[in-house]
Amino acid sequence: MKKIILLLSLLTFWLSAESAENILRKIDANRLSDGKIAVMTMTIRGRRGDRTISARVWQRNSKDSFTEYLSPAREKGTKMLKLGDQLWTYSPDTDRTILISGHLLRQSVLGSDMSYEDMLEDPYLLNTYTASLIGEEILRERPVWALDLTAKTADTAYARRKLWVDKERYIALKEELYAQSGRLLKLLEVSAVMQVNKRWLAKTMTYKDALKDGDGTLVNIESLEFNDQLPEHLFSKAALRK
Amino acid sequence: MIKFLLKGLLRDRSRSFFPVLTVTFGVFLIVFLQAFFNGALANMYNTTAHHQTGHVKIMTQAYAAEAEQSPNELALLDLADWLAVLRAEYPGIIWTPRINFGGLIDIPDLNGDTRTQGPAVGSAVDLSADSPELDFLNLKKSLVRGRLPEKSGEILLAADFAQRLKVSPGDTVTLIGSTMHGSMAVNNFKLAGTARFGVAAMDRGAIIADLRDIQNALDMRDAAGALLGFFADNAYNDQKAKILQANFNAQYQDAAAEFSPVMRTLIEDSGMASYFAMADAVMFIIAIIFVAVMTLVLWNAGLIGGLRRYGELGVRLAIGESKSHIYCSMLGEAALIGIGGSISGTFFGILLSYWLQYHGLDYGAVFNNSTMMVENIMRARVTPECYIIGFLPGVLATFIGSALAGLGIFKRQTAQLFKELET
Repeated sequence: MKKIILLLSLLTFWLSAESAENILRKIDANRLSDGKIAVMTMTIRGRRGDRTISARVWQRNSKDSFTEYLSPAREKGTKMLKLGDQLWTYSPDTDRTILISGHLLRQSVLGSDMSYEDMLEDPYLLNTYTASLIGEEILRERPVWALDLTAKTADTAYARRKLWVDKERYIALKEELYAQSGRLLKLLEVSAVMQVNKRWLAKTMTYKDALKDGDGTLVNIESLEFNDQLPEHLFSKAALRK
Repeated sequence: MIKFLLKGLLRDRSRSFFPVLTVTFGVFLIVFLQAFFNGALANMYNTTAHHQTGHVKIMTQAYAAEAEQSPNELALLDLADWLAVLRAEYPGIIWTPRINFGGLIDIPDLNGDTRTQGPAVGSAVDLSADSPELDFLNLKKSLVRGRLPEKSGEILLAADFAQRLKVSPGDTVTLIGSTMHGSMAVNNFKLAGTARFGVAAMDRGAIIADLRDIQNALDMRDAAGALLGFFADNAYNDQKAKILQANFNAQYQDAAAEFSPVMRTLIEDSGMASYFAMADAVMFIIAIIFVAVMTLVLWNAGLIGGLRRYGELGVRLAIGESKSHIYCSMLGEAALIGIGGSISGTFFGILLSYWLQYHGLDYGAVFNNSTMMVENIMRARVTPECYIIGFLPGVLATFIGSALAGLGIFKRQTAQLFKELET
């Protein structure tokens, strides 16, 4: 009898591990694409009030992106280029292209709760984390799986993540990002979703740096289109100065 | 009588020269030590006030809570209004705004790409021609190459830092910092000059820029991290500072509003209250010990002088001079030696102290790897007490020494004198 119970437990564990991995694979497949163009606004809710920044983002292969800030006036014309694990920013006032590396990576992006380091993360969760299913819950009237993700390598920015994933739409509605020490570093909550080309994506979300004061950064996707044919010249340093 | 004693002292060098020399040397050391300790303490106060805290400092309560991180997002707003209010209400204080900031200095190559970078800490101060900051930070004397920033968009770099980055006056440098709202700020500046600030922590990587330029660069229009207040005589007075603080905080601080202003004194803001108190006490104790030791030495010199003249006193008693007269003349001589030695010792002590006050002693090598805000040049400081401190041990010790040694005169028997003189 004991052997049967043990066998069943092992089988259940194996099945759940397999299931968690599948969930991750489906999340990645749902949100990542070969190319997309998005216009977004970021409302940074700080201790001294709110500030809204808008930007247009071109993204290809989930690894390269080109961002042009549209407003406010002080940020207008600032551009950012990400090619793989390298990130440059261009400031029109100084006509300088700066490689963001070292401790600059830990700086916040335009004062938001997001750091440059966050932008350089491998977007494929499956590449970086091992997942395990820890439960099933109801979150904002949606049935969700609760997943516990552990980083495969020590040099990952967040050693552990907890995800609450919509069972039908394969979109993470809530994420908690932890340091190696177990301290909560970031919190992400999706408050509105949208469907584009049969994919369910976050439309409005709050990104909160747990170590910062303020109410977090509210990100809103104004428009989004998938496009596999983004021009090659956009993803070059020369494009920053144009 | 005094004239007679003086003649005696001058004609018998053995009675005057060495005792006066001993007193001179002792008093010289006491006076110089006092001026040196004064200088060391004043150096600590001045460096801290000029570079970090002012004599009093006004910040928002939120900024004050995290002041060591220079959180410019919590800066004091409506700076022009605050300056007008403070200058009207406290006209005896020199008010000057400052912004402390950190960042990277990035040097471009011919293509505008990064050639080299280095972390820097910066101070934005009022660099207009009539600004008191030029004296507070000793900027004119600190210049090594080039000139002070005169136009908008010019900065000053620490000389060693500029050398490490291989930049010269006239070159363009880029400051990568963080705006008041947390965005990355990238701004080009022209290097006007390089300076050696005489503070090891600054010489490793400091930027000095004009307040208006940094307000623009860091999106801090009409804002500053702190408003520093300096007493008109440029000397810190803790009692005055505390009265000013109590007055200001009672009027303007609102504990419930995190962006309301709060005033802190130099001692509080530097976080070195116990350090200053300890340094003050240690220097006082060292001075007391030294004065006590010198008193013993001079006292001993008086005793030896009395014993050396044992024979002479015997002759004087033998020829009929009264014991009390001899005793009084000895005390008079001791007083004259003490006064003479104290005057010459004070003179030489003050002379050397003034030299050290104006020229200073460079001991920067000791602080090569230090992050303490300590000026590399140690200076003495001559205060009124330096003129009198040497007289206490100089006159009293010699006088008491002679008074004790002279007591032996009263124990001598006239009948024994000739016997003593024969031997």
